[in-house]
Amino acid sequence: MARRSKLVLQAAAVSVVALLIGLLAWQVFRTDQGRALGAKVNKGERPLAPQFMLDRLDGKGKLSLASLRGKVVVLNFWASWCEPCKAESPRLESFWQRNRHRGVVVLGIDAQDFDFDANRFVDRYKLSYPILRDKHGSTLGHYGISGFPETWFVDRRGRLVGKHIEGPVSQADLERYVQMAMQS
Amino acid sequence: MIRVAVILSLLALLAAGAARASEAHPTLAEIEKEVICPVCHETLDLSTSPIADRMRAYIQQRIAAGDTKSEIKQKLVAQFGESVLAAPPKHGFNLLAWLLPLAGVVAGVVTLAVLARRWSRARPGPVPADASANGRPPLDPELERRLDEELARFDA
Repeated sequence: MARRSKLVLQAAAVSVVALLIGLLAWQVFRTDQGRALGAKVNKGERPLAPQFMLDRLDGKGKLSLASLRGKVVVLNFWASWCEPCKAESPRLESFWQRNRHRGVVVLGIDAQDFDFDANRFVDRYKLSYPILRDKHGSTLGHYGISGFPETWFVDRRGRLVGKHIEGPVSQADLERYVQMAMQS
Repeated sequence: MIRVAVILSLLALLAAGAARASEAHPTLAEIEKEVICPVCHETLDLSTSPIADRMRAYIQQRIAAGDTKSEIKQKLVAQFGESVLAAPPKHGFNLLAWLLPLAGVVAGVVTLAVLARRWSRARPGPVPADASANGRPPLDPELERRLDEELARFDA
């Protein structure tokens, strides 16, 4: 009996250690997965964009990336306290206004932010493109986001194309990589 | 003994009073130590990131509006999720974070107690004293027989 309980205790201890190692590996893998995605896209590969479904910042329900299949998506990660985002957002709004009829969607993801600050930012810069709120920052690891703003381009088939832009996206980048996504 | 019990009770009452005061009228310095910056993952009192500055301003605003510490923390959780709290809440799955270390300590103490008991049992006990041997081990029976014979011969 003593031998059996000793075996059970040893098995439990080994299971707990294995679980902790598994959690650590998962966390490392998740972070590396996002970074690896950027490296792949920058090399010209077209990996599938990680899926998500998030609340809309305006409170009008949820939106998933899958629901935009068939459109080219400019996926922009931002926060209201981010200084470069202030200069970048009017550029995104203008690009969205000029290209929405061509099946292009600019999709903002606000994270690590107060929702009322984000809404004030939207009002101040008169942003009309859809913006989602990632309260828990759950998309940041999948997309390898290490700061704001950062931008990805998704083609009509839901694949990442062009380049992972770290920092404000320029007009030239928008034109070039959206064109690439349209032809992909 | 009674004096110690009275002192301990008074200290417990004082601590409870201080906790109630901190809950009803929190300070920024107290809350800063209990909230994590979502960008740098440090407590607010250590963080210099822009969102940490914004969170400090928000906390001060809520303190001025008369919110309790729990209310302020709940509002921060509503904005950033439970990961914004430095210590996980004591309910649901997060309760495990409080119980597992305690369970680990209890398991460690029990394991040590069991091992200590086994070790003390396994150690050979002292040789029972034999009054006729003056504490020395008994003689070999053959040697004892020969000794008796020699003594008998000597007596004769």
